[in-house]
Amino acid sequence: MDVKRRNTPSYLHWLFCQFELITCSYLMEPWEKVLFYSFNLAMAGLLLYTAYVCVAFHLSSALQLLWSFLANPRENALSVVK
Amino acid sequence: INHIVHNGGLYKRPFNEAFEETPMLVAVLTYVGYGVLTLFGYLRDFMRQWKIEKCQNATEREEQKDFVPLYQDFENFYNRNLYMRIRDSWNRPICSVPGAKVDMMERVSHDYNWTFTYTGRVIKDIINMGSYNYLGFAQKAGACQEAAAKVLSQYGAGVCSTRQEMGNLDKHEELEKLVARFLGVESAMAYGMGFATNSMNIPALVGKGCLILSDELNHASLVLGARLSGATIRIFKHNNMQSLEKLLKDAIVHGQPRTRRPWKKILILVEGIYSMEGSIVRLPEVIALKKKYKSYLYLDEAHSIGALGPSGRGVVEYFGLSPEDVDVMMGTFTKSFGAAGGYIGGKKELIDYLRTYSHSAAYATSMSPPVVEQIITSVKCIMGEDGTTIGRARVQQLAENTRYFRRRLKEMGFIIYGNEDSPVVPLMLYMPAKIGAFGREMLKRNIGVVVVGFPATPIIESRARFCLSAAHTKEMLDTALKEINEVGDLLQLKYSRRRLVPLLDRPFDETTYEETED
Repeated sequence: MDVKRRNTPSYLHWLFCQFELITCSYLMEPWEKVLFYSFNLAMAGLLLYTAYVCVAFHLSSALQLLWSFLANPRENALSVVK
Repeated sequence: INHIVHNGGLYKRPFNEAFEETPMLVAVLTYVGYGVLTLFGYLRDFMRQWKIEKCQNATEREEQKDFVPLYQDFENFYNRNLYMRIRDSWNRPICSVPGAKVDMMERVSHDYNWTFTYTGRVIKDIINMGSYNYLGFAQKAGACQEAAAKVLSQYGAGVCSTRQEMGNLDKHEELEKLVARFLGVESAMAYGMGFATNSMNIPALVGKGCLILSDELNHASLVLGARLSGATIRIFKHNNMQSLEKLLKDAIVHGQPRTRRPWKKILILVEGIYSMEGSIVRLPEVIALKKKYKSYLYLDEAHSIGALGPSGRGVVEYFGLSPEDVDVMMGTFTKSFGAAGGYIGGKKELIDYLRTYSHSAAYATSMSPPVVEQIITSVKCIMGEDGTTIGRARVQQLAENTRYFRRRLKEMGFIIYGNEDSPVVPLMLYMPAKIGAFGREMLKRNIGVVVVGFPATPIIESRARFCLSAAHTKEMLDTALKEINEVGDLLQLKYSRRRLVPLLDRPFDETTYEETED
């Protein structure tokens, strides 16, 4: 594969064809494809939303923990955990 | 895993067989694909049952809906929901002789493969990579065709009787003597249908109280014959001599299951070339085992007769063994001789017994005279008795084609199963959508291939099977390889993780080919 082909529309089309072949949506009738893709997009959307909400929160609390360690290195670790 | 065996001098040449393992990612994705299709299958079945969708497949009548369901097993589910989607790759009607190039009738389906209509157009000159035409005898002009036409005008087409009644023509006697001479056995008998040869003659040879040791991947005709006979059947792993030896040892030591009496007969059923794998049987080892444990060998050379060996006499000649070591040599005339039918060769007492006791001899109509003449002419051509070197040249051309094609495909990076010398080349596809896509894309590029899926192969190991022919010229093979390369890139079929370096000790193909071409 040429590196030049990376972001051309034909490469994206080829990638989409590979997705169709792997998930067998190549074989489905149009209404089945609509159903399948909408299900997939809904799942992907949910995943992204969950990632956005939860990961940000977990990352910020983890960073907070880290700062408190660095600020007071001699404190007993157990007192920091809430 | 490459088995290059130089095993105690049993093999006079290296035995290169390889079955590359399925890459883990590919296996997982194949299961994902089958899972999605199964879910959609359930959805469609639900809709058909609740009449949301029109039901186009076979179902029970309204009055019989309360009976035990007929179409609920996995096979019917697979048929309705998976096979129907890609059905246009099979049963394609051809309208010319299936030589190196074939004409096909174009058909379209407006309701997703439930029904087909012919557009009326004929797609001409499709390169035929699917017919079992190993030596190129499927021709509509030439010595074979002329002889067959002459015999047709002399004897007609129908025989109207069985071999034992009034159907034994002098042509049949001539054919059998010729086949016996070709194979190097004492006597031979020919039957009208290759499948029937296996399924009707194994019951005549073995019965209750006998043991059949059959390879895992044997053809349906052998399995049917074995089951019809009533003997005990034990399966050994494909081409695995340790498994076979273990079974033989257990059979001799323990005898029959309940009474512990010795088995009346032990028959080993193997094939010369296994058509789904492209592997060749390890005949020297099988014969050594057979002699050690005093059992009988039934060799089905359906695909290997005419295709292997320096003069086309099959797998026995390929390994340099004597035909007297094989007790029953069976083969078919369909593949390398361009006709139809099967034969069994062996000792005179065996064949005389089969003439009387075989079901096929007693009940099946004998072979049609033009077909017999086609076989006689083609066998004489292969042996060189018609005064030309065409037969020899064809056998060599097939071997060249086989080596070239397999090497080029391996270099491209496809996973190819089987032995280096077998003219049957399975190319692994694995994913169900790619089965349909490969068949259709190759047809768009004017190449006809046979793709094989679930019931004939394990569910994740679907493949495309190429059958090479002596009638393929190098240009045809090059065109085919170019298109296969293109389709392989398009569909991402190059799964092999080991790329073969092209052989450096031989100069590249142009000059090598010119050396051996007439």
